[in-house]
Amino acid sequence: MANLLYTIAGIIAFSALLLPLLRMIKGPTPADRAVALDVMTIISISLIALIAAMAGRAIYLDVALVYALISFLGVIAVARYIERGL
Amino acid sequence: MLAGSILTLIGSLFLLLGALGILRMPDVYNRMQAGTKATTLGSILFLTGIGIGYCGCVWKVTILILFILFTNPLSSHALARAAHHMKIALTNRTVIDRLREDEATEEDKC
Amino acid sequence: MKTLKQHLLLFISLIIVWISLAGVHAQELIAGGIVALIITLIFGSKAHIFADINLHPKAIFFFILYIFVFLWELFKANLDVASRVLSPSLPISPGIVKVKTRLKSKMGRTILANSITLTPGTLTVDTCGEYYYIHWIDVRSANIEDATNKIVHTFEKYLEVIFG
Repeated sequence: MANLLYTIAGIIAFSALLLPLLRMIKGPTPADRAVALDVMTIISISLIALIAAMAGRAIYLDVALVYALISFLGVIAVARYIERGL
Repeated sequence: MLAGSILTLIGSLFLLLGALGILRMPDVYNRMQAGTKATTLGSILFLTGIGIGYCGCVWKVTILILFILFTNPLSSHALARAAHHMKIALTNRTVIDRLREDEATEEDKC
Repeated sequence: MKTLKQHLLLFISLIIVWISLAGVHAQELIAGGIVALIITLIFGSKAHIFADINLHPKAIFFFILYIFVFLWELFKANLDVASRVLSPSLPISPGIVKVKTRLKSKMGRTILANSITLTPGTLTVDTCGEYYYIHWIDVRSANIEDATNKIVHTFEKYLEVIFG
């Protein structure tokens, strides 16, 4: 029962990954694309944590942690770039 | 285990809501509003559910939640500031833009 | 006294992060403790943000209270976003307003800006000294005092006690 619910939650989160992708393709300005990328990274961090739990390997959580760190730095770099250039 | 899975399911629904907000809202600032709030609570609930359901990784999940809670509003604030600096237009339903008025009148910036 | 407090808080937070990453094993705890001590001795005198935190019991009580108030506001914000996104006509009237804060310390202002971003319908766009420019999804009053009353005061009365 619980495993089924976890699987359904994973499917819903994965389908939530596809909607910002549309915005990223369509988005009229670079800021729109950066926001869509930010949301997609948060959703994929959650999905990595779910995969780590279902595979039973706590070491995969380190991947999620490092990904959170790097995506934060990436979004800050993009914001700095579109504000005043590198 | 069951309580954790229900929390994870609610969190994934909030994540879907944030993604829908990104797609539906009319301009970049409103997209940020929907995206930041819904994905923050959604990922907190999602990760809490995983931490309750599968033992052995509670502390790492806590660190991950704290990190998301601190960095998510910061990155959206940086993007909003950059977007306003780049003069991306607000939607035509906008009532007031105090920042643009202040930038037009005051010479000395902070 | 003040610099001792910031050294101590930096060391404690480093040790807590290390323990939650590595777990409680004797050897790793000793190695992490030595590294945290070295970092504290080198960078401790520059960690000014920790010097603003008050440590008397009333501040700690208000900090715990603040966490619950913040989580409740975050939950309300999400219900608000849900009702706006799911309704077919998109009931929004957005705008950028200006509010003023009474907080003095840098850490307090940062946490206040982050809390405003995560509460119903508001997003901090720019800061300028003691003024914040806030994108409000449903503008109800445009002058500074009314907007400050509606947006800032929920958190300010707690953060004023915690960060002084």
